[in-house]
Amino acid sequence: MFSTRDRKPLDQRTDSHFGQVDDLAYLKYRHRLNFYDEPPLFDVTLEEFETWAIDRLRILAEIESSAARNRTLEELKSVTTAQCNKYLPLNSNSAIGIDRDSERKKDHVSHFVLRLAFCRSEELRARFVKAETTLFRIRYELDDTQERETFLSTRDFGWKAVDEEEREKYSKELRNASSTTKEVPGERYYKVHWTKVPDLIEKRRVFLKEGYAYVPSREQSSIVFQAFQNHLNAALQMTARALPRLEEDTRVLPILNHLSQGFLSGVPSEYADPNFEANGEEITAEMVDDLSRKHFPMCMRNLHDNLRKDHHLKHYGRLQYGLFLKVLGLSINEALVFWRQSFGASITEDKFNKEYRYNIRHSYGLEGKRANYPAKSCQRILTNDQPGPQDSHGCPYRHFSVDNLQAALLSTYGSQGFTSADMPEILHAVNGGHYHVACTRVFEITHGIPKGQGMGDGESVTHPNRYAARSRELWKEKHAPKDDQMIVD
Amino acid sequence: MQPEFESTSPELMLAFYRRLYPFKSLFQWLNQGQAPSKLFSNREFAFTLPGDVYLRYHSFDTMDDLKKQIVKLNPSRFEIGAIYSAKPRDKKTVRPTAFVPQQRELVFDIDMTDYDSVRTCCSGKGICKRCWGFISSAVIVLDTALRDQFGFKHLLWVYSGRRGIHCWVSDQEAMTLTDEQRKAIMGWLEVVKGGKEMHKKVNVRMPASRSLHPALEGAVGRVSGVFSELVLEDQECFQHEDGWRTLLELIPDKGVQSTLREQWEEDPGRSSSKKWEDCRRQLKKVEQSGGKQAALLRAALEDVILQYLYPRLDAEVSKHRNHLLKAPFCVHPGTGRICIPVDPQHVKEFNPETVPTLGQLLEELNDPTLVEGEHHSDWQKTSLRPYVEMFDQYINKLMSEARANNKVSRAGPKLEF
Repeated sequence: MFSTRDRKPLDQRTDSHFGQVDDLAYLKYRHRLNFYDEPPLFDVTLEEFETWAIDRLRILAEIESSAARNRTLEELKSVTTAQCNKYLPLNSNSAIGIDRDSERKKDHVSHFVLRLAFCRSEELRARFVKAETTLFRIRYELDDTQERETFLSTRDFGWKAVDEEEREKYSKELRNASSTTKEVPGERYYKVHWTKVPDLIEKRRVFLKEGYAYVPSREQSSIVFQAFQNHLNAALQMTARALPRLEEDTRVLPILNHLSQGFLSGVPSEYADPNFEANGEEITAEMVDDLSRKHFPMCMRNLHDNLRKDHHLKHYGRLQYGLFLKVLGLSINEALVFWRQSFGASITEDKFNKEYRYNIRHSYGLEGKRANYPAKSCQRILTNDQPGPQDSHGCPYRHFSVDNLQAALLSTYGSQGFTSADMPEILHAVNGGHYHVACTRVFEITHGIPKGQGMGDGESVTHPNRYAARSRELWKEKHAPKDDQMIVD
Repeated sequence: MQPEFESTSPELMLAFYRRLYPFKSLFQWLNQGQAPSKLFSNREFAFTLPGDVYLRYHSFDTMDDLKKQIVKLNPSRFEIGAIYSAKPRDKKTVRPTAFVPQQRELVFDIDMTDYDSVRTCCSGKGICKRCWGFISSAVIVLDTALRDQFGFKHLLWVYSGRRGIHCWVSDQEAMTLTDEQRKAIMGWLEVVKGGKEMHKKVNVRMPASRSLHPALEGAVGRVSGVFSELVLEDQECFQHEDGWRTLLELIPDKGVQSTLREQWEEDPGRSSSKKWEDCRRQLKKVEQSGGKQAALLRAALEDVILQYLYPRLDAEVSKHRNHLLKAPFCVHPGTGRICIPVDPQHVKEFNPETVPTLGQLLEELNDPTLVEGEHHSDWQKTSLRPYVEMFDQYINKLMSEARANNKVSRAGPKLEF
């Protein structure tokens, strides 16, 4: 799997340490952290094979669902550490009383078993790499500084320390490229090829010159995580290629299938669930206008109004709005009617059939890879596919400038009880970057709900469809008794 | 202006492909060498036929096969995609996992439509020498960024035929970038953001220090000269009410904002340069009074320059390896203009209105003094010649580096055994 050249440095280290009278010298796994270069080349019982993998899976599933629940990094760390201690404890070298080797062996083996289970499809690979990298990252950050340093020194990450002369030469650039104002005296920099730190490049957080990124030592971990990720990605591709040979083993295959299915169902994602759609009533194209006025959150109102005004939406606008309508209960046939009518005469029948029909059908899972795309959550709307200069998708609370937001709020929700007296509160939340708080508050105001109750039990807005569904529920509750009375009368 | 309906009739297109299109150069460019390699044979071609028929996943083993097919199909244009792990024409017969994009030039697309909110001379499909200024300053910024910051060397700029420009980066390193790395480049390069309801579309400063990243500081320096020439004098972006109200929205200081508003309301015809001077003067005043706002205000004025002149990129094109982009030397179906390469050193002098058109080239061929019978290099007799030669020069540099790289990588694997 790996060329012998890569392994050598490790072997040499082991040799050189053997002479020392040191507890560590007797450890098979010298470091708590592991890049999982070498597969386990020893016998493992079938039971260990399965239970260890399941234990690891529990942790990875927790990491995945944390992302879905929008947990902060700190919350994620504490939750994951708790899970790890329960299912897959991994003590540092200083924990002499504990059998560190067997802990690390379990970590090692379970990682490789899951590789086998998750190398089969692009999607599984991507998810596995993401979860594993997060796990590595959490362990890395909680690791003992000293031990981390020794671990890092065992690998070649391709970085080169920036010498004094060069640091002087680019001192201004280096300072201005850094994300903190505080001058860190004597901060060391490392030069790596930019492809090794795409995350820092994407956020423009380093100085870049002729293909080399100058990474300050406090961002050094980025290089490590990226290396881990790339390494695992490449390894999974290799495993995928080798897998057909393994499938002859009838004992292992059912276990692997079982594992990968467990991972898929491990993430609660109610909006991706087809049952969720079944709960929504069927709505028709004609109903959208009325529903939008009564029940849609600001982002969807804005898209709807733009669509009515311009008879067109740009790609991401159509995507955001179309998926929302789909989950709201607009069937594919109604969706085609809706979009056809909305575009009006500005687009010919021919053009519509050629350029838009496919995309609409695609979003319903009827074309291409036939995936059942979920509607975008607030988190995705806020963070992915940032609107460009001509776009109208996104989250108004985040992507409108303040005066446009004010005007839009008043004109959109004025008839539903929103007044300029409510404005300061909304703007305060927006300025603080708490867009969901602003949206939730607007929901409360326009639905006559006391502050703090949100969409019920203090639930705040995390998904436009949840907003609309709750709004419709409330409307029905309010209007149902009246109907009863009328019957009584 | 020549009549548009005639400029790209199928007969003319066919003559163009038969006699003028520089297939040999195209082949060498994509293949980065003389002997056909995977870079060519596993490359996707897509054809647009008249009547909006779109054919994807074609591939060819040799240049002659490509030419034959193009002459047969006579497409109104054709596009170039990624190099896949298998031949694209075999897509249906290989396993989906065995058909993935592997390499691809790093490409960029700058289109005038993204500048509609700032240009004043034309709108929609129109373009003239004047609004080309926005494109040329975008090219200057992007070209320097890709060369100085990312260290790329082989950048081919191609006029898109109407109102935009494409860039193809063919360095070996660029060819092998993953989608994630391409996305990172776009993150680095994208500055003008925010929906159309957002006034201030440039928010790139470090939160605490308000300093500008060195890469962007360089960009401001490079385009500030163009700013007064183009935005202030030529386009008069702030002369009309819409324009200067937009400018006011970008000024963070309420006091300064209202002073300027009063002044400009009184003098409706005040030129953009004067208005910009007013801004600078206000900045000086604040500076002299030692107000804390000075840094903020200076930053805001720099951001204005970025908002008007920093490249506005169509990010989706660059992020994914499997995206298709129109081939150089195609004919734009609307204008009849040829998509010729553009020298970034002289992009300012480029005039989209004088680009050779299909009709013009064929007329030059029909010039009786030049009758010599058909052969491959008929383009030499037309005004296409300097552009093909420029393309060939670029390709020569690219190929000699590719040769050097191949030598290294051929020597490399031996160590493994």
